[in-house]
Amino acid sequence: MFIAPAVILLTLFSIIPIIIALFISFTDMDLVGLADYSSISGAGFANYINIFKDPVFLKSMYNTMIYVVIGVPLVVAASMGVALLLNYGTGWLFKSFRVIYYMPSITNIVAVAVVWGYLYNGSYGLFNYILSIFGLPAQQWLQDPTLAKLSLILLAFWKSIGLNMIIFLAALQGIPRSYYEAAEIDGATGWKKLRFITVPLLGFATFFVTITTLIGWIQFFEEPLVMTKGGPLNATMSMALFIYNNGFQLSKFGYAAAGSFVLFIIIIIVTLIQFAVKKKEVEY
Amino acid sequence: MALRMKHIEKGLMIALLIIGGLLMMVPFIWMIGSSFKPENEFTVIPPTLFPSHPTFSNYRDLFVKMDFVIYLKNTLIIVLCSFVGLFLNAMAGYAFAKFDFPGKNKFFYIILATMMIPGQVTMIPTYLIINQLHLVNTMAGIVLPGLVGAFAIFLFRQFMTTIPIDLLEAARLDGAGELRIFFQLMVPIVKPVFAVQGILTFIGAWNSFLWPLIIANDERLYTLSVGLSLLKGQYGTEFGLQMAGAAFMVVPIIIIFIFFQKHIIEGYTISGIK
Repeated sequence: MFIAPAVILLTLFSIIPIIIALFISFTDMDLVGLADYSSISGAGFANYINIFKDPVFLKSMYNTMIYVVIGVPLVVAASMGVALLLNYGTGWLFKSFRVIYYMPSITNIVAVAVVWGYLYNGSYGLFNYILSIFGLPAQQWLQDPTLAKLSLILLAFWKSIGLNMIIFLAALQGIPRSYYEAAEIDGATGWKKLRFITVPLLGFATFFVTITTLIGWIQFFEEPLVMTKGGPLNATMSMALFIYNNGFQLSKFGYAAAGSFVLFIIIIIVTLIQFAVKKKEVEY
Repeated sequence: MALRMKHIEKGLMIALLIIGGLLMMVPFIWMIGSSFKPENEFTVIPPTLFPSHPTFSNYRDLFVKMDFVIYLKNTLIIVLCSFVGLFLNAMAGYAFAKFDFPGKNKFFYIILATMMIPGQVTMIPTYLIINQLHLVNTMAGIVLPGLVGAFAIFLFRQFMTTIPIDLLEAARLDGAGELRIFFQLMVPIVKPVFAVQGILTFIGAWNSFLWPLIIANDERLYTLSVGLSLLKGQYGTEFGLQMAGAAFMVVPIIIIFIFFQKHIIEGYTISGIK
């Protein structure tokens, strides 16, 4: 009785959809198929074969890889750094800055897009004004294909430090003080304490943050959706946005479902690799 | 000497923290400042961080010229519904923690596994299901898919497992019904988890954007985020209106967060991410 509502809803909206997605990824379901199920016909592996021939999809895979390669190390390192700084003291100053660093994570993505869109504005934006103070030329932050990717990464970086920092902070507070006291008696300096006690003991938190950040960046979606819609020239198109566009803009449900399974499989593979690496470390 | 080094080190850390923090704040300061600018102040070079002729007209226009009253109402409905979902999560967590039934562990693992599924995989089929249920363009269609969540169920279960079963037995012997035990005994005990999940639920519901965008075709069902994205598209050059809309979405969340931030940070410790 207690469990029924939650289980029914989860089954209906999380588990059954997987089966449906797998099923329709082998069909040519589109808007016509939505109205009349009899018009849907099986497509075999055609969706999967075509998607790997689709230049936009290949581009989106490449872009997603760039996002991951630049974004993940940046976010993990910066959020650990901020957590270490915040853990340094306990006064009001540290408490207020904890809030300040966390704030971007809880703000609404559309509001963020609106504000950052204005910051990035070519004529009236703050960023170009700051560049002009230093005598640098104005940049087309969101219109230049290469720069647009980096602009989106900067925005997502700003937004994702907070949550990960909290996880590191919780982990830091779980490290017993006695370890440090023992090290101090042995004459360890601040840097040595950081390197030999803190960072190793943050191992699990780092692992957790890396996995979640990695999965997050592979599914990078909302920022390009609201900031650039994947443009210019698909330069910011991510895999997740490609799926959304095909599903909800072009109503190619079967094709989009195939794309979503490719994404899913990539996530599973990457996660498994992570766990394998982690296991090796522990044995060592 | 060593003490002096320590002072210098601390000063350096604080300086770094403040510089980083200010950089994080720039978009917020820019947003708040700009939301009070009259429209002609947006093209001024150099741009002003704070308006020289502050005005409230941008905020007024949100409600007078735009339909932000309706969007706000819809958003608040979603927030209320999501709190119902919070109780459903708590009930499910309670059942997993304190009852024995066939297939209990299997069910629990399946629920945990749903956390792994990327949103993009379920997005399209969920839309098809909602369509099949004739709930497209209804509030129910917006709210139902996100009502319960695996993470919250997990968190409630973890916390409730630590509560001694004797307490429940005692209440049962006194003749309390199961629902009464849940609401009068369990809910007060797990208040900390409710606090964390309550805030996260509120933030999530207040910010809900993508799903309402997909399901609602009718402007009467738009949420604040969808309304704001509409504003961004149609009034792309009216920065004042856009900034006021953004501030209207962001500031309440920040205020709530500042009040409850202690609970959120404790919540992560409770969930055992160490």
